[in-house]
Amino acid sequence: MQTGRTMLKDITIGQYYQAQSLLHRIDPRVKIGGTLIYVITLFFYKNFVGYAMAILFLALVIRLSKVPFKFMVRGMKSILFLLMLTVLFNLFLTPGTPVISFWKLHITQEGTTLAVSMVLRLTLLVIGSSLMTLTTTPNNLTDGMEKMLGFLKVFKVPVHDVAMMMSIALRFIPILMEETDKIMKAQMARGADFESGNLFARAKALVPLLVPLFVSAFRRANDLAMAMEARCYRGGEGRTKMKPLKYQTRDYLAYLLLFIFAAGSIWAGRLHLPMLMVGLNN
Amino acid sequence: MNIVKTENLVHEYERRDEEGNVEGITTAVDHVSLDVAEGSFIAILGHNGSGKSTLAKHINAILSPKEGTVWVDGLDTAQEENLWEVRQRAGMVFQNPDNQIIGQVVEEDVGFGPENMGVPTKEIWERVEESLKAVGMYEYRKHSPNKLSGGQKQRVSIAGVLAMHPKVIVLDEPTAMLDPNGRREVIRAARGLNQVEGVTVILITHYMEEIVHADQVFVMDHGKIAMQGTPREIFSQVERLKELRLDVPQVTLLAHELKNSGVPLPDGILTRKELVDALTSLKT
Amino acid sequence: MSIIVEHLSHVYGDDTTLAVKALDDINLTIPDGQFVGIIGHTGSGKSTLMQHLNGLLKGSSGHILFDGQDIYAKDYQLKDLRRQVGLVFQYPEHQLFEIDVFSDVCFGPKNLGLSKEEIEERATNALKAVGMPKEYYNQSPFDLSGGQKRRVAIAGVLAMNPKVLILDEPTAGLDPQGRQEILDLIKSLQTESKMTILLVSHSMEDVADYVDRIIVMNHGRIAFDGAPKEVFAHYKELEEMGLACPQVTYVMHDLKEKGFDVDVNATTVEEAKNSILRALRRES
Repeated sequence: MQTGRTMLKDITIGQYYQAQSLLHRIDPRVKIGGTLIYVITLFFYKNFVGYAMAILFLALVIRLSKVPFKFMVRGMKSILFLLMLTVLFNLFLTPGTPVISFWKLHITQEGTTLAVSMVLRLTLLVIGSSLMTLTTTPNNLTDGMEKMLGFLKVFKVPVHDVAMMMSIALRFIPILMEETDKIMKAQMARGADFESGNLFARAKALVPLLVPLFVSAFRRANDLAMAMEARCYRGGEGRTKMKPLKYQTRDYLAYLLLFIFAAGSIWAGRLHLPMLMVGLNN
Repeated sequence: MNIVKTENLVHEYERRDEEGNVEGITTAVDHVSLDVAEGSFIAILGHNGSGKSTLAKHINAILSPKEGTVWVDGLDTAQEENLWEVRQRAGMVFQNPDNQIIGQVVEEDVGFGPENMGVPTKEIWERVEESLKAVGMYEYRKHSPNKLSGGQKQRVSIAGVLAMHPKVIVLDEPTAMLDPNGRREVIRAARGLNQVEGVTVILITHYMEEIVHADQVFVMDHGKIAMQGTPREIFSQVERLKELRLDVPQVTLLAHELKNSGVPLPDGILTRKELVDALTSLKT
Repeated sequence: MSIIVEHLSHVYGDDTTLAVKALDDINLTIPDGQFVGIIGHTGSGKSTLMQHLNGLLKGSSGHILFDGQDIYAKDYQLKDLRRQVGLVFQYPEHQLFEIDVFSDVCFGPKNLGLSKEEIEERATNALKAVGMPKEYYNQSPFDLSGGQKRRVAIAGVLAMNPKVLILDEPTAGLDPQGRQEILDLIKSLQTESKMTILLVSHSMEDVADYVDRIIVMNHGRIAFDGAPKEVFAHYKELEEMGLACPQVTYVMHDLKEKGFDVDVNATTVEEAKNSILRALRRES
């Protein structure tokens, strides 16, 4: 019996893993900035030396995070389909020297290296960025973003409000998921069928789920707005912070380490090493 | 000095039909005048739709009077410039434990109010610690609110209000969605606030057993105050309470029935000890 | 349509280190037409057990026999089971979604693939059974009062014509009057339609006057199972579990200790009154 809870449990994006580690303690701005730098770096590599360095770097950071590796693998499940598609496209549709041919399809040498590099890139990207969410509480994350994007206030972008909305959304995701599960069961008890029929029938079957869910979400939003006002919330103006962000020595060191990694791996990743080259136009 | 005072308070809202035309006007609060003494524990009773929650929302300036005046600590809640001061001095805890916790960690939620008030960081931490200790939730400060029981969530909400250093806390049916254990926890916390912290507590409820310890009870019906007095005075009028669609605790009801059958018992028995003692004294 | 539960266990989070035994070796037989109260506090496993009885959750081990058939057998149609075992969730009004009351109640029978006439007949009967007057049929369910919404939601399940009706805390969040009305309604369903009814609650007082049998759940196990009087005899253990017996039970035990010759099995105010009056008469 597949119920809502089990279906929704696989989503790990945005999940936090509680642990006491160096990576957990590092300033969220470093983690956000670091993830960005790391992701951009991945697109500069022209040979496998760059990827090897990125794997090593990631392995080191995972070790520091004390998050069990299986949590990151779980995050990979959601992109498995995308990954396979990428492999197939690259494998068969890249022109070049054929290695294996059957019927009208050719697997080329270039295609193979390209497929491997794409898989590496995507995997490193997903694991790297999920590591950020696994080690940073959503609140910390929004705090970090609010601070980093603070300069946008000059352009009248409501940075505080957006950050507050994000953190409230994150708080209510588990509650709404539980609610979805409950409404689903309640409608199933009235004979609703969410699992069979064609696309149209299935979409129609969602109405008894979505209407109550929206009603409930609005009711909660209304209650929450009232509760926030009752506690003197009036936007970011004049607000102090219980946990203000302050850079420590370890944060500066982390920035330095990141810079060394990025510069080093880009330099090594762009060396011309004929046996280890990654792809055609890359 | 009265910490909360209302004078001829009226609140009406319009009922609209499907096209949005005004169908009629419902008077939720109808010329209510009441005084709450500083440091007291007040209970407001009433069935659903009696207007008790609407009244409560005026004390926190979430609603503004249509007619009449509400003062909190001498401040007129209708004055725009008093708004934030009123909300700080009169905190409010709501019914649904899930829909009023903003933070994703218990301590961060308790810090939310002081943050809004612009309290310096160091003092926020002190206030959070004090408040969590006052409701007995300090050891859960690092927990996610989603993992707590209903009673614990409500205690966190109370701490969140307490951290704003209010003079009055209005609890709007804080136990309606809880099980008996949770209800006991919350009522104990509310009594603690009143007796230990000296905060005036206004408890809104429809559970009669929760008001036994109140200093003063107001019973609302159709937007009006139908009865007022000490719990003993209220509980001695069993027939009137039934008329107002409230249920009377079994002990009080039993005492009342016995009295009707000719057993000479005192009026308004509240606890089982009182009943047993009264019956025992009859025997000797 | 008897229900037999054999050695049923349910473990949450099997694959992680945080495995929780929500149900632990449950054995039960519920004969036709019985009115059973299932009592336990939040997290005792009572709601989990109910969701097993209509196949929404599957046990980790053990069997459930419905009318002699194993519902975990390969060719067993769970859809048939859900049609025969109606489950009313906590806050059932949260599942309402249609544009008017009548269509919402039609949702269940429509899913059964019945003819239009039969669907409408069942919906009408169900709405009648819960006491919703005709003038509400075309109203939006979202415009009703809390108690009315709950009635409509219950009608939505009744329209499936179940043989067993399970209600998970049907009185949660209602005021005393609303609570009384819903409980009376459930009782009348049982006496008139001879349905088997399982009423899940955390309040002993709510169920004591109505049910034939009480099953007390604690930590995923059945702690006590028997007629209300038999179960209330364990009032001390029940109190330790955080489940208070009706107040009169305690009064009667206290009186007995003080030397009164009263019946400690009295559970209702009426029984208690008569017993005390008899005892007093004997004294004098």
